Amino acid sequence: MSSDLAPVGRAAPASAVIRSQASLEWRLLMNNGEQILLTLIIPVVLLLALSMTDFVSLGVSGRGAKLDLLVPSIMALAVMSSSFTALAIATGFDRRGEAIKFLGTTPLSRTGLLTAKIIAVLGVQVIQLGVIAALGILLGWIPNHDVLWSVPVIVLGTAAFAAWGFAMAGVLRAEATLALANAVYLLLLLGGGVIVPASRFPEPFSTVVSYLPSAALADGLRAAMGSGDVGVVLTSMAILVVWALVGGLVVHRTFRWTS
Amino acid sequence: MNDDAIVMRDVVKQFGATVALAGLDFTVSTNRITGLLGPNGAGKTTAIEICAGLQQADSGETRVLGRDPWRRTADQRAEVGVMLQRGGVSAGASARQAIAHVARFYAQPWDVDDLIDRLSLGSLGRTTFRRMSGGEQQRVKLACALVGRPKLIMLDEPTAGLDPVVRHQVWELIRDVRDAGASVLLSTHAMAEAEELSDHLVIISAGRCVAEGTADELTSDPDGQTLRFRAAPHLDRLALLRALPAGFDLTEEPAGTYRLTGERIEPATMAAVTAWCAEHGVMASELTLQQRDLEQVFLEVTVQADGDHGDGSEPGTAPSGGEVVR
Repeated sequence: MSSDLAPVGRAAPASAVIRSQASLEWRLLMNNGEQILLTLIIPVVLLLALSMTDFVSLGVSGRGAKLDLLVPSIMALAVMSSSFTALAIATGFDRRGEAIKFLGTTPLSRTGLLTAKIIAVLGVQVIQLGVIAALGILLGWIPNHDVLWSVPVIVLGTAAFAAWGFAMAGVLRAEATLALANAVYLLLLLGGGVIVPASRFPEPFSTVVSYLPSAALADGLRAAMGSGDVGVVLTSMAILVVWALVGGLVVHRTFRWTS
Repeated sequence: MNDDAIVMRDVVKQFGATVALAGLDFTVSTNRITGLLGPNGAGKTTAIEICAGLQQADSGETRVLGRDPWRRTADQRAEVGVMLQRGGVSAGASARQAIAHVARFYAQPWDVDDLIDRLSLGSLGRTTFRRMSGGEQQRVKLACALVGRPKLIMLDEPTAGLDPVVRHQVWELIRDVRDAGASVLLSTHAMAEAEELSDHLVIISAGRCVAEGTADELTSDPDGQTLRFRAAPHLDRLALLRALPAGFDLTEEPAGTYRLTGERIEPATMAAVTAWCAEHGVMASELTLQQRDLEQVFLEVTVQADGDHGDGSEPGTAPSGGEVVR
C-alpha cells in the first residue's frame, strides 16, 4: 500500500480478488439469521422428524437403513438450500440494494463473484454437513469407508446450484427471485429425488427426475456414503458438471450488475 | 489515437419508452476535472454508468481510456474508479472493512489508513455502513472509488449531504488526485462546487449536451456586457438610446428594470445613461454592470433546451429576455 497519489490502476491477481470477495461473502452469510434458519435448522429438524417418526413412508425398514437413506439425502437438501435458495435470495437483494453494482466497476468479474460466492457457500457447508453428520452418528448412522467420494459430489453440486441461483438472481427482480427460489426448492424437495430417490418414481418420471441436479446430488451422496457404488457417483458427477457448465454460461451471458 | 480520458459521441440510451440519452456528445480531457451538470433526469447518471461499463448504449460511440467500457478486462477496469450515487458498499461492513476489502482488488492500492485519515473516517470505528450518516456513507464510497489509485475517477454527486468543512476536505482531495495525474469526471448539482473544482464544464439537459466550456467561457455574456438599472417604468428607450453611441440594445423586463447591452460598457456609457436620466428628471438606481453566474447560465440553457426540443436551435444559446429595442 502507498500514500503516493500517482495513478497506477492495476488489478491484483484474480485469486487475491476472489479471496477477498469470498471472505466478505462468508461474513455476510454467517451474519444472516434467516439464511442460517434455511440452511441449517430446517435440514436438522427434517432429519430428526423423518428418522424418529414414520410420518412419511421412505420405503425402507429398520433404523439403520432409514439413516443410510436419510443422512445423505438431508445433506443434499442442505447443500441445495445454501448454494441455491439462500444464495439466489441474497444476491437478488444485493442487486436491488445496488451493493453489487459497484463491484461491476472493479476488477472483480461476474465469474469471479460467482466463484467467491461458491467458496463462501462451501465454507457454510462445512458447518452444515458437520452438524448433520454428527447428528446422524448420534442417531446411529454409520457411513461407509468410501465417504470421501462425497467431497467432489458436494463441490460439483454446489457449483451447479450456485450457478443457477446466481443466474436467476442476475436477471429477475429481488421479489421474483425470492418467490421462484423458494418454489423451486420446495418442488425439488418434494419431487426432485432428494429424500425419495428418483429410482422409486414411476417411469417416465424416474428417468426425467434422475437427470435433475437435485437427484444427481442426492444419488451421488447416497452412493458415496452408503452403497459405495462408484459408477453411480461418477454418473452423478457428470450430470452435475453439465448443470454447472450450462448455469455458468447462462450467468456469463445474462447476469446484470444493475437491477 | 485520441488522448482524451472519455469520449462520448452521439450516444443514445433508452429505457423502454424513456429516452435517457438523446445523442450525447462530450469529452473528458486527460489530467483535468470535468464537471457534469444537469437537472434531475438529464442523463448524468446514465452517462456515468455507460462510461463505467454498467450499462450498454443503444448506439453511438463511447471510449474510456481509449477502450469500449462494455468490454474491459480486470486490469482495464482497475484503471477506472467509480463512486455511484446509490449503493456500492455492503450494509454490514465498517468503513475500514469496506475500504480494505476493495483495496485488496488492486496491485498497488492507496494506503487505507492514509485514506481514512484524509477523509476523517477514523472516528467511525466499528460503525456499520447502514448506521452511518449520509455524509459518512458518501465519504466511504469516495474512499472505495479512490483506493485503487485509478487513472480516471468518475464521481456521481460526491459531496451530497456533506457539511462545509468536510466538503472542502473532499474538494482538496479531488484536486490532489488530479494534480497527481488522474482525470476526473464529476457529476454535481452544486454550482459552487462545479465552478470551484472543474477545469471544464459540460451542461446536459434531456440527454444531450447543451453547453460546455470553462466557467469563464460559460459565464461571459454572448451578447457582450450588460448594464442593469432600475427607474420609473416605460421610459422612452429610443430617446435614451439616441443619447448613446451606436451598438447598444435596451430592454425593459419586468417593468422598471432596464438592461442595456453592448459589446463593451465604458465609464462614459454609464455617465451618458445617468446624464440622460438627470436631464429627464428620472431617478436611476441600482446601476450594476452584470456578470452572469453559473447558476443563471445553467437555468438559461437547460430551460431553453427543454422548451426548444427539436426546433433546430443551437445548444448553449442563452434566451433573450423581453422586447429588444435597437
